[in-house]
Amino acid sequence: MIRRRSLLAATAAAAASLAAPAIVRAQTVKELSFYYPIAVGGPIPKIIDGYCEEFQAQSGIKVTPVYAGDYTSTMVKAVTALKGGTGPQFAVLLAAEMHSLQAQDILVSLDEIGLDANAKQWLAGFYPAFMANSHADGKTWSVPFQRSTAVQYYNKQSFEEAGLDPEKYPTTWAGLAAAAEKLTKHDATGRVTRWGLKLASDLGNAQWTFGALANQAGVVLMNEAGTETYFKDPKSVEALAYWHDLAFKNKVSPEGISNWGQLSPDFFTGNAAIIQHTTGNLTNVRTNAKFPFGVAGLPGLNGPRTVVGGGNIYFFKSASEAERTAALKFARFLSEPERAADWSIKVGYIATSEAAYNTPTLRKYIAEFPEANVARTFLPVAVGELSTYENQRIYKALTDQIQACLNGAKSPEAALAETQAEAQRILRPYRRG
Amino acid sequence: MQRETWIRRETWQGWLLVLPALVLLVAFTHWPALMTLVDSFFTTSRAGHPAAFVGWDNYADLADDPVFWKVLANNAIYAVATIPVSVVLALLMALAVNHALPGRGLLRMAYFTPTMLPMIAVANIWLFFFTPDYGLFDVVLSFFGGGRHNWLGDAATSLPAVIAVAVWKEAGFFMIFYLAALQTLPPDLEEAAALEGASRFTFFRRVMLPLLMPTTLFVLVNAVINAFRVVDHIVVMTNGGPDNATTLLLFYIYQTGFRFWDSAAAATQTVVLLGLLIVLAAVQFGIFGRRVHYR
Amino acid sequence: MRGLEIAGAWLLGILWVAPLLYAVWTAFHPAAYATHFSLFAPLTLHNFVQAWNAAPFARYFLNTTLLVSLVLVAQFVLCTPAAFAFARLEFPGRDTLFAIVLLQLMVMPDVLLVGNYHILSQLGLVDTILGIALPYLGSAFGIFLLRQTFRTVPQELDDAARLEGCTLLARLWRVYVPLARPTYIAYGLVSVSYHWNNFLWPLVITNSVSTRPLTVGLAVFSSVEQGIDWSIITAATLMTSAPLLLAFLLFQRQFVQSFMRAGIR
Repeated sequence: MIRRRSLLAATAAAAASLAAPAIVRAQTVKELSFYYPIAVGGPIPKIIDGYCEEFQAQSGIKVTPVYAGDYTSTMVKAVTALKGGTGPQFAVLLAAEMHSLQAQDILVSLDEIGLDANAKQWLAGFYPAFMANSHADGKTWSVPFQRSTAVQYYNKQSFEEAGLDPEKYPTTWAGLAAAAEKLTKHDATGRVTRWGLKLASDLGNAQWTFGALANQAGVVLMNEAGTETYFKDPKSVEALAYWHDLAFKNKVSPEGISNWGQLSPDFFTGNAAIIQHTTGNLTNVRTNAKFPFGVAGLPGLNGPRTVVGGGNIYFFKSASEAERTAALKFARFLSEPERAADWSIKVGYIATSEAAYNTPTLRKYIAEFPEANVARTFLPVAVGELSTYENQRIYKALTDQIQACLNGAKSPEAALAETQAEAQRILRPYRRG
Repeated sequence: MQRETWIRRETWQGWLLVLPALVLLVAFTHWPALMTLVDSFFTTSRAGHPAAFVGWDNYADLADDPVFWKVLANNAIYAVATIPVSVVLALLMALAVNHALPGRGLLRMAYFTPTMLPMIAVANIWLFFFTPDYGLFDVVLSFFGGGRHNWLGDAATSLPAVIAVAVWKEAGFFMIFYLAALQTLPPDLEEAAALEGASRFTFFRRVMLPLLMPTTLFVLVNAVINAFRVVDHIVVMTNGGPDNATTLLLFYIYQTGFRFWDSAAAATQTVVLLGLLIVLAAVQFGIFGRRVHYR
Repeated sequence: MRGLEIAGAWLLGILWVAPLLYAVWTAFHPAAYATHFSLFAPLTLHNFVQAWNAAPFARYFLNTTLLVSLVLVAQFVLCTPAAFAFARLEFPGRDTLFAIVLLQLMVMPDVLLVGNYHILSQLGLVDTILGIALPYLGSAFGIFLLRQTFRTVPQELDDAARLEGCTLLARLWRVYVPLARPTYIAYGLVSVSYHWNNFLWPLVITNSVSTRPLTVGLAVFSSVEQGIDWSIITAATLMTSAPLLLAFLLFQRQFVQSFMRAGIR
């Protein structure tokens, strides 16, 4: 069906030269294309291009990367395109989208593409935490690529100014709130000139921030099957109450919502002393922060807890068998220890396997720049990102309510009770099986 | 006899000349509108579940959706704020630059320039201005002793903020139409009115405004359409947030159709939007149509 | 009184250009100055260079140019005969057809995202420049505008041409089209700026670099995972708007005059 459509597309293109289809599928695999999220201004598109060129030199297969915006945009583009009968052969999408993508019936599992003993061994080499979002129905559906945990970047200069020890980052909620209070600075009129702490609460990111907070309070937000959510759990409420209080009680965070993309400039300009962001931002922070900064794992109610995040490589059904095999080959190429190490160094993501950390390159880098190792050491206390069926809808429902709460319009209890009711409604068809 | 064949020829000529444009127009406006209406009575087809007829269920679901009502209210506020403000500003601008005044060319340019920018570009620039603490607005406000404000992150100010952007972008566009109309008014009209002792305001109200009525209708139709059609700035600036405070109807449709892939719900929402547009068109032509004559 | 009016007009004018001037200022200065204004900040083109290198803007420019030209030419070619038929020919069904056309003035293809996406995917035209353009080619606005203009063409000129033995199309080409030049210019301006700036539909229908117009490219460029760099984004923003802006500044007078003569009011 899809083949026939692309044939139709090709005919239409011949009829009108302006209608050149973006992706022409060849009989033998000479070309692949994939969508990926991430970054701007920085060197990242160049790095990805470099990997593709290297792969082409090695295998003769040309891989065209298509930068498609942030995670949400990339997901939207990939699924819409595939439903429309075009689209890439594979894509880097949020690891947490597995259930949603499966429900769309557009994925092909790695088992179906073909895994020999060697390949199975390769898969076993990834950190288990990063494979958490890859398994369902006894099959493997994605390959970890740009993986992260949430970390906090803090301005050491501000810490010293506030009389805090820059080498001792707080590990508990109370400690963090107290430190943030000291870090929050006002001018003569009482206007805040520096916020103690900023967390992202915009659509596409609020659920990540909240996932970390929930884990810090001691609850995981969903079941493994992605059919149940636990937003009403008292511990979830406690987590949102803490977030709410940072703005309304401790007054160390601004009221209203803060944008993910805005956090880095806030940090660089000294507007925020601590930001919670992805380790994938590490190299960017290192390049642009004009002051000594630290990287710390997230604190928790009683001790450090965090959330994993980032993107995995998914393979699409619509690709031919040869294309699927070639795409898998590319995924393997990307995860080779040397390359994973290179990617980690150049961007800041956690390299996906222990083997990468045993490479001399990464060892040397970590010795020089120990901050690069922080995120990895928190993997044991990290939980998977919120991942359910209809993921985008659940994210939206949760984010709406979080935003209402952070705007002071709803109490944490009320906000999460409404989220849970909405999530129940959205997930009902999937619970029936 | 000859007259008859002549009419017949004009008939097929007429149809032939109209046909190419008409086919395209119908194929991408009327046909999808009709299909949308049909789709709104079916479920979304998902893997393993083909679309099934459900009657008015989608409409009932929509009526039960509190976010939808919020979105409607948002769009009503957005329209009621942007339309009059931008049209009145446009008229004032046109009146200002219609007469000779120092730097008229520059002024015209100043008013019109925002119109030439893509909305997406405008939104990027304003997003920067609205940045809390160190964005342009907060800096200017602090200069005058004001406090900081989270313009787009606060549910109370985010809708006014996107309204301001729309007015800024649109007023200059409508000005051009008023300007064009003003320049075709006979100049002796004003002299005659002045001789009869009419004040400038009376002249404006009694003579100019009625003469500008066709332009006003044209501008109004465009303003109404834009209030429902342009959501580019929402995509860039707020993503509809916080808590749907800036979600407009078309953005909601886009979200339902292309982020949640629920085409039945999106179709139902589209039908509501189409209904609204048609009612608004009827109202506008009903009120103004009698005072305007398109020959 | 008059002085007050002038002052008011200028105040409004300054208010209107200030945002743009500030954006220009940001784009031409190092990032460090984006958030604090200083008269002595050094000028730089660095932001533009970085933006240009960070995304395939050259390709986006090409795509937009192709799109805008395709739409413009097709709209002229399609709308002219239809407008002429509605203006000067008598044929049964004319008024009904005209009413059908006028309906599109209110219900524009932009609001039919989902329906049109479906149709274009059935045609296999998703992610093509033709696909972006197709819904806009039959334009009610164009037909309406040209019809109004054609109706003002003196009937005698038409009759004279007919007596000389001109065919219908020749009359249209030699008599009507030349007299409607200001309308074509004005309509062309509206069409070009509309499609240069159009966003939501191209966002939905394009997937790849080879079809994305500037607006979508800019949005993709600015939707970031790592953090916004305001100077670079502002530079990219100005870059994408520059050609249209420059064209307008250069031909401002002609544009306004053609609007007046076209009688769009």
